[in-house]
Amino acid sequence: MNILETHALTRRYGDLTAVDGVDLSVSQGEIFGLLGPNGAGKTTVIKMLTTLLPPSGGRAVVAGFDIQRQPSRVRQSIGYVPQLVSVDGTLTGYENLLIFAKLYGVPRSERQARISSSLEFVGLQDAANRMVRGYSGGMMRRLEIALAMLHLPKVLFLDEPTVGLDPLARQLVWQHINSLAGEFRMTVFLTTHFMEEADHLCDRVAIMNLGRVAALGQPDELRASMAKPEATLDEVFAHFTGHQLDNGGDFREISRARRAIARRG
Amino acid sequence: MKSRELDAPSRAADRAAGPQNQGAAFVRQCLALTEMEMRKLRHDPTELVTRALQPMLWLAVFGEVFSRVRAIPTGGSLRYLDFLAPGVLAQSVLFIGIFYGIAVIWERDLGIVHKLLASPAPRVSLVLGKALSGGVRGLTQGFAVYLLAWILGVGIKWGPGDLAGVALAILLGAAAFSTLSLIIACIVRTRERFMGIGQLLTMPLFFASNAIYPISIMPGWLRVLARLNPLTYEVDAMRALMVRGGSTIFGMGFDFAMLLVSSVVLAAIASRLYPNLAR
Repeated sequence: MNILETHALTRRYGDLTAVDGVDLSVSQGEIFGLLGPNGAGKTTVIKMLTTLLPPSGGRAVVAGFDIQRQPSRVRQSIGYVPQLVSVDGTLTGYENLLIFAKLYGVPRSERQARISSSLEFVGLQDAANRMVRGYSGGMMRRLEIALAMLHLPKVLFLDEPTVGLDPLARQLVWQHINSLAGEFRMTVFLTTHFMEEADHLCDRVAIMNLGRVAALGQPDELRASMAKPEATLDEVFAHFTGHQLDNGGDFREISRARRAIARRG
Repeated sequence: MKSRELDAPSRAADRAAGPQNQGAAFVRQCLALTEMEMRKLRHDPTELVTRALQPMLWLAVFGEVFSRVRAIPTGGSLRYLDFLAPGVLAQSVLFIGIFYGIAVIWERDLGIVHKLLASPAPRVSLVLGKALSGGVRGLTQGFAVYLLAWILGVGIKWGPGDLAGVALAILLGAAAFSTLSLIIACIVRTRERFMGIGQLLTMPLFFASNAIYPISIMPGWLRVLARLNPLTYEVDAMRALMVRGGSTIFGMGFDFAMLLVSSVVLAAIASRLYPNLAR
């Protein structure tokens, strides 16, 4: 059963087509990765699927709800971790969770139990009452994952979940993402430009290039299709797009990403 | 919390579909944002102290000096300091409200706005929550100005109805100006541009009102601007509610109606524009 489907999903900014007729389908419990360099259209896809950005064309259904006709039902069914830091540093970890539990309508009778189990899941029980501005980058990301799973969403969207994290913190975040899909049967839709991350985490990946899906399948399938089973995902990317993956992006994207990295220490 | 619990949100959504539940959810979401603001203030109250300095200067320096000059007609036996106190309170609420957009741009740059907009909370509840948060900050200024005015010998009305009326005027005034600020933030999107426009707006709004002098001594063109300015109605209501011997020019009902209409119109515009911050 597909929990997420897009049909010819398109987004234009004036003359620029950032996302150009993307067709995707994701099954329940799957970890699906959108892979591509900065500027490939990954974040634009995620913004449309989380109802933050209206599409210019096409349609998408998330958790059974149309993103344009039933946006509030979509938002009720999803969790979202943006690329940038989305926790408030001037509050404690517990307070961040409490405010979002109220915004997401977690019933009062279940609130404390949900907050405790979310904190336990990401291993932040001992840091719950500390101000978030004192957290390390990895702890902030784990708190963001705890926030996003608080209302037990059916689909969790993660935009570049490990950007700015050191290798150790990255491994820990990967563990939690795997647990969300394995233990909770949550569908995870993530974007990344780290090939290693996609290889390690994703059941299937879509390689995006210039707003279009250049290739779609399991990482091993993609390697097999280029008759080179030992190929790295970097080589797979180059094969399907015709160029190497580099870290592009415009001035605004880069400065925002660097600010996020600086905030995460 | 195993896989079967993943059905919980949709069941909760179905239960919440009734109009009464939707209304309760709306109020809860507004109050959640206000609670967020109050918790921030509790963690770091220094802002309250620094913000109290400006009204202190206006009352203790400007007010004391102009009380001696006796050049400004206050419309009766009201001392100038008594006339000025409600104007200074309204001004400090204006300043808090009009620069609220800076915090919103900061939240956008961090990603908090994206997170809020991807939550099921309706856009209007997010905007009203922000407006109410501005009101809470405004109320803290109310405490500071009341204390200072009392120390300086202003004839304060301490009746519970009067205090509640002033609190309501502060909440509505702060709501109007913080939603105006939110609209500006949605349009300009950067802190640098916002600071320029914020500075450009505050002084005209302040001087084109009855905060420090009565409308009766204004030239005709300024009177027209003052009648269009929500700050005028906030000050007019407060002058009757806050100080002994004070009275309204436009009538209490009209003052509050104008404040309410301004807040509703600005909140409606802000709700339309707020999602643009995440695009």
